[in-house]
Amino acid sequence: MYEGPVQDLVEELGRLPGVGPKSAQRLAFHLLTVDSADAERLAASILAVKERVRFCVRCCNVSEFDECRVCRDPRRDPRVLCVVEEPRDVVALERTGEFRGRYHVLGGAISPIDGVGPDDLNIKPLLARLADEDVAEVVLATNPNVEGEATASYLGRLLKTLGVRVSRIASGLPVGGDLEYADEVTLGRAFAGRREV
Amino acid sequence: MALYREQGIVLRTYKLGETDRILSLLTPGRGKVRAVAKGVRRPGSRFGGRLEPYSHVDLQLYEGRNLDIVAQAELITSFTAVREDFALSACAAVMVEAADRVAQEQERSTRLVLLVLDGLRALARHPEYPGVVLDAYLLRLASLAGYHPDLEACAGCGVPGRHRVFSIAAGGILCRACAPTGSRPLDAGVVALLAALAGRDWDALAVAAAEPRLRRAASALVNSFLTYHLGQPLRAWQLVPR
Ligand SMILES: [Zn+2]
Ligand SMILES: [Zn+2]
Repeated sequence: MYEGPVQDLVEELGRLPGVGPKSAQRLAFHLLTVDSADAERLAASILAVKERVRFCVRCCNVSEFDECRVCRDPRRDPRVLCVVEEPRDVVALERTGEFRGRYHVLGGAISPIDGVGPDDLNIKPLLARLADEDVAEVVLATNPNVEGEATASYLGRLLKTLGVRVSRIASGLPVGGDLEYADEVTLGRAFAGRREV
Repeated sequence: MALYREQGIVLRTYKLGETDRILSLLTPGRGKVRAVAKGVRRPGSRFGGRLEPYSHVDLQLYEGRNLDIVAQAELITSFTAVREDFALSACAAVMVEAADRVAQEQERSTRLVLLVLDGLRALARHPEYPGVVLDAYLLRLASLAGYHPDLEACAGCGVPGRHRVFSIAAGGILCRACAPTGSRPLDAGVVALLAALAGRDWDALAVAAAEPRLRRAASALVNSFLTYHLGQPLRAWQLVPR
């Protein structure tokens, strides 16, 4: 245990995701050695996100304004919605340059074992959008893991009753990899999702 | 570090660091094992989709001080269909949560492993009534954990019969003489249903899917029974669609 402010900093850092007690100490001692100006910039940017960043009223992504950059962009196709778990998934998809529609950010995934159900996610705002906006297709881009699949299955069933086309992103082999090293689950999915050439 | 081999079921996983996961595994030889799967969250990881919850895998593990480390994983059964359906996945989540509660570290758990596998297989085989399979599983799990519910004879005095008062604390049904005064008898159909859920073969449970009203009453009793004996409610139970 350290004295006063150092201990406070170690404890605060230790509450961040993925930071254990050892890393928290290392980070705290690093911060002790940096210039005051650097430390102030870090502190200011933490305060700035808390003050300035909110959630887009339309898609629930993080945004500096009422509507995020994608929702404000008139060149984006409003008829296709891509549903993702987290804001960082939007960033990952934007990097591909493949998708020209808009997004909807759920803020997580259904996880029964953690007690996280549909009501804990931004599903009601999604249904409201489908009622208001002229959406023809919803692409479910939740993670291909147990929580993401449960969420996709739940949404798929729910949205199909609304008469909207629902699709699920393909999952399969990583580009550049060798087929023989793929695990059976991934390979099986790749096979099930094969397409005509 | 000592290397050992176990066939286990992935009960649940927790994110660790940037790309790793901690797995809670149920194994026949060592009971509950906690192990790290390094890099498993990276696309193209050598473990791929083998270490998702409900997977039955053949594992090589390094013994560690706190956590073991997965060296190799081969798939025995993936239960992909269970993961890809919301209702089945929610039922499976209750199954593994309950197994996680009764399993102990360093304790042989062959029968529990077989029960979880039976439950998952039954879910995959009978996707039309997952809730029935789940209730049957939970009653079997209670028996295995030492809380066998008496459903064919009085839990107080042993007199045979489908008595209609159910007492969670007494551990089953009670005859008129043993039942506390003023206790409300159940619908005879609910008692018969509970007995069928506990006693029938996994593939003969279709009859138990019959009446929704009886089903809901039986489910609620099973849940209360488990909550009482496990000491805490099963979190995933609330999210099973009914
Ligand atoms: Zn937006
Ligand atoms: Zn009696």
